Amino acid sequence: MGHDTAEWVFVGVVIAILVYVGVDSWVVQKEVEEVPADAEIIKVTAQQWFWSFEHADGTKEISTLHLKKGHAYNFEIYSKDVMHSFNIPDWVVFEDAVPGHVNHAWFAPDQTGEFPIQCREYCGLLHYNMRGSLIVEDDKS
Amino acid sequence: MVLELKKPRPVWQIMFSTHHTDVGLLYTITGLAFLFMGGVLAMMIRTHLFFPGQNVLISDSVTFNRIFTVHGLTMLFLFALPVANGIGNYLVPLMVRYKDMAYPKLNAIAFWMNPIGGALLWLGFSDTSWVSYAPYSVIRAPGPAADMMIFGLKILGISSILSSINFIVTILKCKHPDLPLRRVPLFAWSMMTVSLMTLVAMPSYAAALIMLLTDRLGVSGFFNPTAGGDPIAYLHLFWFTFHPEVYIFLLPSIGMMYEIIPRFARKPLYSQGSGVFAFVMLGLIGFASWGHHMYSTGMDFTTKVVFMIGTLAAVPASGMHVFNFLATMWGGRIRFAAPMKFAVGGIALFFSAGAGGVLNSAMPLDFISHGTYWVVGHMHLFLTGTIAFGFVGMIYYMFPLITGRMYSEKLANIHFVGMLWGSVQVFFTQHLLGLEGMPRRVYDYPAEYTSWTQLNQIATIGAWILGASFVAFLINLIYYSAKGKEANMDDPFGIGGKYYYPYQAKNPHHVGY
Repeated sequence: MGHDTAEWVFVGVVIAILVYVGVDSWVVQKEVEEVPADAEIIKVTAQQWFWSFEHADGTKEISTLHLKKGHAYNFEIYSKDVMHSFNIPDWVVFEDAVPGHVNHAWFAPDQTGEFPIQCREYCGLLHYNMRGSLIVEDDKS
Repeated sequence: MVLELKKPRPVWQIMFSTHHTDVGLLYTITGLAFLFMGGVLAMMIRTHLFFPGQNVLISDSVTFNRIFTVHGLTMLFLFALPVANGIGNYLVPLMVRYKDMAYPKLNAIAFWMNPIGGALLWLGFSDTSWVSYAPYSVIRAPGPAADMMIFGLKILGISSILSSINFIVTILKCKHPDLPLRRVPLFAWSMMTVSLMTLVAMPSYAAALIMLLTDRLGVSGFFNPTAGGDPIAYLHLFWFTFHPEVYIFLLPSIGMMYEIIPRFARKPLYSQGSGVFAFVMLGLIGFASWGHHMYSTGMDFTTKVVFMIGTLAAVPASGMHVFNFLATMWGGRIRFAAPMKFAVGGIALFFSAGAGGVLNSAMPLDFISHGTYWVVGHMHLFLTGTIAFGFVGMIYYMFPLITGRMYSEKLANIHFVGMLWGSVQVFFTQHLLGLEGMPRRVYDYPAEYTSWTQLNQIATIGAWILGASFVAFLINLIYYSAKGKEANMDDPFGIGGKYYYPYQAKNPHHVGY
């Protein structure tokens, strides 16, 4: 009965791995949550079962969001009814849309193309079909 | 010692009994019945997702949503908890050498709440998903399904509190005076740990359920933002119960492995002390990590860090269990009978599930995996890969004790290979699906994502293999409990030496081995 060296070494190795994982994610998350000062605000509103977007200049879009390459964008995420989750999987943009709360997520696309937008929190009947698309275009101006 | 089915008795004698072995048997049989019912729903879900855009098997998304909701509720509350309680009822009084549970009638009452709660869940067939997040469950979920679910869970919650009280009193107050607490076998320790955890964790969800109900009735607005409430409050109350509940589901299964492994490795347990320590540690640290389910709800950086540390802190204790198992098996003359196969398979999958869990708890990676099929694969690796493996192994292990007969080793082999193969194929693939970005709880997925289609098909075939392996289990349970060869009760598994069941240890110095 009782511990011996092998078990202490094992626990030590496990703790060392965990410390590495913890410190590394602390560093990365700190960086991820640093929102660039010039990020343009996009209002994202979730409701059963579609996304609507409002650009800083007041332009509104439904389901399809057009953004420019090389700019930083800060999403302000709202929900009109139940909990949803705003997700652009290719850009790791992911934050819940909670009614009564305003949540944030930001990203800065550095390549053009069309990317799917989806809901990642179960929100009822057409949750599976609450999809949209993000179109990143070259900045011509 | 009582052998339950050896002398046939009319079924009502078992049903209306308050004896711990009878109640244990009822718990286990009910739990297994619900396992098969929940399994049928799982097969429907997987088969439905084989092709995108098909609506042959499940024709509308409401039905699909109801099916995955009831599948989850069934497997967690009507399979995992009752089977742990059943085996606990059967063995804990024997292990602490008392004639029965401390409160036999309370025990029977706690059991009979299970079929009632189960009936409410199944007849309601709610579509809220098992987490029933507000405000969906308040303002959108159709009644009476959601209300029946709330009442069903309420009853099951009370049942689990009653049985927890019973276990705690039985172990602490009724154990034989010659048996010091540190010598109590580790399975009984696991039941005591989870019982104490249930007492602390469950009230928070019990309160949340009442608040959900009054919100639904429109007389309060705790979680309803249009009435000034906050859905995040529900999430906190819910996960404060259900993250510890993860350990409540898990630890009995680990305790069962502690029962199986030393015997079939024909070696003393490596360390009783480190097993007890790891159980108590998990019991405490289990309460420090509920927030990792809520990283993406707008939680601030500091809170996330705190919950990440709390989550990672549970890993060394889990690792100590794995180490204890491996060190016990090291150099042993292992007899790979069915219980040992399932225990070893369970440890392997427990390790992979834990490794995946570390990635989940790392904050930036959680934003990739949260709410996707990764999480589905991860928690099923725990629930099927670890918990069900432990339970199934333990049921094979107790099979001769309960029935006086032997199961078919050949069928048990088929069951083991199918279950291990199926679990790896379906749940590892679901991890990959999550990395591809497929959200969980979806009725359909776009056909143009060919990688989603392929991975779903691989997962579905794995699920079929997993499901088919349980047919072998069913034959073993039904046919061989009545017609199997009579077991050699002194040494049913041919281990040799001084083999004994826990109850055969009359001398306190033998209990810790």
